[in-house]
Amino acid sequence: MSPRLIPAERDPAGRRDSVLRLTVDGEPLEGVAGQTVAGVLLAAGRRAWREAPSGAPRGVFCGIGVCFDCLVTVNGERDVRACRRRALDGDVVTTQARALPGGGGEGAR
Amino acid sequence: MSRHVAVVGAGPAGLAAAAAALRAGARVTLLDAAEEPGGQYHRMLPAAFAATRPERLHHGWRGFDRMRRHVLGHPRCDWWPESAVWSLERSAPGDPRPPRVHALRGPADGGRRERHVLAPDALVLAPGAHDRVLPFPGWELPGVFTAGAAQALAKGERLAVGDDVVVAGTGPFLLPVAAALLDAGSRVAEVLEANPPATVLRGWAGRPWELAPHHGKAGELAAYGALLARHRVPYRLGRAVVEARGDGRVEEVVTARLRADWSVVPGTARTVAVDALCVSHGFTPQLELPVAAGCALRRVSAAESYVQVDGDQLTSVPRVYAAGEITGIAGAPAARAEGLLAGWLAAGGSPAAPESHRARLRRDQGRAFAARLAAAHPVGAGWPGWLRPDTVVCRCEETSYATLCDAAGDPAGGAARTVKLGTRAGLGPCQARVCGPTVAELLARRAAGTPGHPVEGLAPATPHHRPIAQPIRLGELAAPPHPPTQTPNQHEEENP
Repeated sequence: MSPRLIPAERDPAGRRDSVLRLTVDGEPLEGVAGQTVAGVLLAAGRRAWREAPSGAPRGVFCGIGVCFDCLVTVNGERDVRACRRRALDGDVVTTQARALPGGGGEGAR
Repeated sequence: MSRHVAVVGAGPAGLAAAAAALRAGARVTLLDAAEEPGGQYHRMLPAAFAATRPERLHHGWRGFDRMRRHVLGHPRCDWWPESAVWSLERSAPGDPRPPRVHALRGPADGGRRERHVLAPDALVLAPGAHDRVLPFPGWELPGVFTAGAAQALAKGERLAVGDDVVVAGTGPFLLPVAAALLDAGSRVAEVLEANPPATVLRGWAGRPWELAPHHGKAGELAAYGALLARHRVPYRLGRAVVEARGDGRVEEVVTARLRADWSVVPGTARTVAVDALCVSHGFTPQLELPVAAGCALRRVSAAESYVQVDGDQLTSVPRVYAAGEITGIAGAPAARAEGLLAGWLAAGGSPAAPESHRARLRRDQGRAFAARLAAAHPVGAGWPGWLRPDTVVCRCEETSYATLCDAAGDPAGGAARTVKLGTRAGLGPCQARVCGPTVAELLARRAAGTPGHPVEGLAPATPHHRPIAQPIRLGELAAPPHPPTQTPNQHEEENP
């Protein structure tokens, strides 16, 4: 099994979810308003969405914006920490590898 | 005109600092990277979840909620959520003002955030800490989370990271994490405290009177114990996860018995099937802002430094105060006491006032607790024995243990800076936030007794110096700062 959202009807915090829709690598994906991009991806059962320099899969590690393992491209902007960015209805998310498509990398941060 | 105090971080320390500064009559700008105050301890649910019973997820919700409403609604407080402080700019020599605060306001890592610059009369730094995780084979597999991540996802996203989870590492923090996982519906196979009973008992049991002010914590611990028992979750001491395995994601972990120094007892390995693993080996304070401000550090070991503060929470830099986990890992109550003292004094409150006295007393109790915590849950020196030559140490650059050892052993290249450039450990996107303490500890051990080959003309390398404290896009850097409207309640000044 995989990560998943606590169903709203048995969440003691009393959530009232409203749906939002993202596009992830061209595929539609439903999430809940208020989730981060990482939250939507994890709740959809995706555990990895980024490639380390060797091509090894990576997803969320620190969950609070420290490790940069979960970087994604959101609406054309690279290197967004998925665990820190609140998902918005209509966001277009693409997964990214460490190497830029035309060569090079993230070293210039 | 009243003083303007900028408070960076709205966790327990920062929120308390803001409240005390307001009480002392200051104008306050409170900045935090998150959308809601609370920090990691009181991580709030996003407003969009429209939760009707958020208090169910929190210890001490009522006190927090009261303080949050008071501070955020105060007419002299300007609350800046989603604000990344990326630089502190020191004043010219002889200029008594504290560093200027450079912040970006807007969605995390967005390219069109607004640049702002604050020039406060005093600064309180309360950025907090994050999990320290020691490397072990397989720790880079998806499905391995820091304990803090599991808790943040459960508390802030209502997400269970897996169905069958092991929680491992050291410290009492493992217990609330296990509780959050159980609450989220995960099965927790076991909670593993790496330190053996003798270490934990010796740390906590001596001088019991020092713990009397913390009876609330004892109650909290007992509640966690009862919860684990109810769910039949074993809490084992002297055992650790020393390897994670799986094809593209964690599928099983190898646990082993440890000696007091955390070396593995041969023949005690056991595998446990999991779909998630949560690890924490203590905490690393977020020191980039204090270091940028020029604050002197208190070095505990090669891997551990904190901001040095005096009895008034003042750092070595005039008008720059520090509070919370960056001065020592002591938990939320101590952080609140430090914040109260720092905020009150930063705002010009009297050091002799009853407020100061009470806060100092509680701060000192917090420090005593921190010392006990450190003694009961140390990181044992034998952990590098878990590593194999190909174990990834730096997650960003995938630098292996063997590469690091080779570089450290080279007599021409053993200095921290040279090792970094030669192996790329710490040069990736996280800028050594995760591997920094590990690399520093490994290098210090390899270089024991030999000088650190300092480069002439350069200050010794420290893993905490990051000239850009938070990522900023070049376009944002090039854009002019937002016009200086940073003074809250300017109308008050216009109409004295």
